[in-house]
Amino acid sequence: MAYLTINNLHKRFDDHVVVHDFNMSIEQGEFVTFLGPSGCGKTTVLRMIAGFETPTSGHIRVGGEDITHQSPQKRGIGMVFQSYALFPNMNVTQNIGFGLKMRKCDGAEIARKVAEVIKLVELSGKENHYPHELSGGQRQRVALARALVVEPRILLLDEPLSALDARIRKNLREQIRDIQRRLGLTTIFVTHDQEEALTMSDRIFVMNQGRVEQEGRAEMVYTEPATEFVARFMGNYNLLGAAETQRLLGLNINGHMAIRPESIHVLDAHSQQADTLAGTIRQHQLLGNIIRYQIESAGVTLQVDRLNRTASDLMPAGTEVRLQISRDDMREVR
Amino acid sequence: MKSTSRLGAWVAIAIGTIYFLLPLIATFEFSLKMNRDGYSFEAYKVVLSDPGFQATFGYSTLMAVLTIIVGILLVVPTAYWIQLKLPRLRPLVEFITLLPLVIPAIVIVFGYLKLYNSSAWLPLTGNDRATDFLLMCSYVTLALPYLYRSIDAGLRAIDVRTLTEAAESLGASWPSILLQVIFPNVKSAILSGAFLTFAVVIGEFTMASLLGRPAFGPYLQLIGANRAYEPSALAIIAFLVTWASMGLIQVFARNARPARKTA
Ligand SMILES: Nc1ncnc2c1ncn2[C@@H]1O[C@H](COP(=O)(O)OP(=O)(O)OP(=O)(O)O)[C@@H](O)[C@H]1O
Ligand SMILES: [Mg+2]
Repeated sequence: MAYLTINNLHKRFDDHVVVHDFNMSIEQGEFVTFLGPSGCGKTTVLRMIAGFETPTSGHIRVGGEDITHQSPQKRGIGMVFQSYALFPNMNVTQNIGFGLKMRKCDGAEIARKVAEVIKLVELSGKENHYPHELSGGQRQRVALARALVVEPRILLLDEPLSALDARIRKNLREQIRDIQRRLGLTTIFVTHDQEEALTMSDRIFVMNQGRVEQEGRAEMVYTEPATEFVARFMGNYNLLGAAETQRLLGLNINGHMAIRPESIHVLDAHSQQADTLAGTIRQHQLLGNIIRYQIESAGVTLQVDRLNRTASDLMPAGTEVRLQISRDDMREVR
Repeated sequence: MKSTSRLGAWVAIAIGTIYFLLPLIATFEFSLKMNRDGYSFEAYKVVLSDPGFQATFGYSTLMAVLTIIVGILLVVPTAYWIQLKLPRLRPLVEFITLLPLVIPAIVIVFGYLKLYNSSAWLPLTGNDRATDFLLMCSYVTLALPYLYRSIDAGLRAIDVRTLTEAAESLGASWPSILLQVIFPNVKSAILSGAFLTFAVVIGEFTMASLLGRPAFGPYLQLIGANRAYEPSALAIIAFLVTWASMGLIQVFARNARPARKTA
């Protein structure tokens, strides 16, 4: 029996259906990510789990108990907001201790637990600072500590890193993941950044228009997209329509053919290998450790990634090449 | 071109200043002339030692304080709830709170007298305490535009909804959320509304007079009709009280985001 299960969850605002037959279940201690484009309903699902929004229909259960209509105060579910939501009138210690105070813990216990969690999120020395005296990264760590200190059954994080700059973001996401593992905390993390989702999660739920489009282990969702949407969203897949697939590969399919740019091999024009396609390099972009080529073959432009080893590897536009694509690297998607 | 426009601005400011200050200075000067043989604070001495002054000023101060307390208890939860759950009602509530500025006080009082006279189902004009209560309620009405506006602005400056949700998910009850999260963060807005209310209530005449209560406003009017120098002194005192309130608003507005740094 999974720890958190959601069945047939629907949410309608006026006439606008925002969450559509949403189903999921996660195990205790698991770290899962809701990944999807802006407006797909990630925040709405999270808010229903936290109790800030009432589902139009459906059920949410934690540890077998139906919490669909329980008040947020009673759920024991922690939340970290994108905008931090620290209490401006309280310093770091008071912010973090707030939840314990509400639970009527005694002073000594609050002080001990707060000190512990301050060390955990590496905020020592900032105990008496007010939120406006902290950087964005520090504020978010206070918010994290405030949610952790009451030992929630489930921790929800709604794009907690998206207001931070790239370096701090990377740092903090490792820290969050590390703390989550140490505490064995059941966690749902919301993001629209696929890299963030891939690096952090045990499991990813790719969402689109209020539904789960695909769920699976991080590496699975990336390498085996089930639909055109997931293929587009997860990577820089080459997506060929049925007609293009027929022309280029001579295969008959119904949906789309997804081919990852790094799975196409570029051989020189005189290669004698079997099953290769003729192509012409049109353009390239330097992406640091890889070079991305646009190569035209049978009227189809393919993105092809190659490792950027030495400067002399670079093939100029107009170069004739042969392309090799293994059948295993082609994925038919809906 | 630039210097002429700047000159124009200075002239406008000078005219405005003279327009406001001249009567004030003249009143002040006149209030000092009670003794024939030169300037003195004689008029102030007379006024401040008048038991009528002490009683009415004390009464009005008490009324103002009660008005502020009741007003805050009424307006803060209302404005908070509107912002959190019923944002669509905000224009309506804003309109209602502005009504006291549009409807003359005298109309409101006659309405009250009709509703709460001694033969009505809720007689509030029967004895002095009940009438005091009615007067305080009318002051709360009068203070609504000031209190609601400043508190609503204060609430808008913080992210009420997210702060509330953060507190909820940490297990805070509604009273705790209001008292420990919302109130402290709109304290300066509440205070500026309170001082404005104080200034309004202290000098109010119509309602106190028609309900027959011994407030400062009617006292001012009485003295003004019967004495020469004391009214000027009273006017200056009332003016100082009002300006002290305004000054305190400024002080609290400036301290809205204090750079507190505990050592
Ligand atoms: N209170 C509300 N009333 C009406 N519509 C709403 C409300 N809250 C959300 N919506 C709508 O629901 C849809 C999903 O919103 P939601 O905030 O869940 O998206 P999201 O996936 O979190 O997007 P983002 O990545 O931009 O945060 C949006 O189209 C939004 O306009
Ligand atoms: Mg969102």
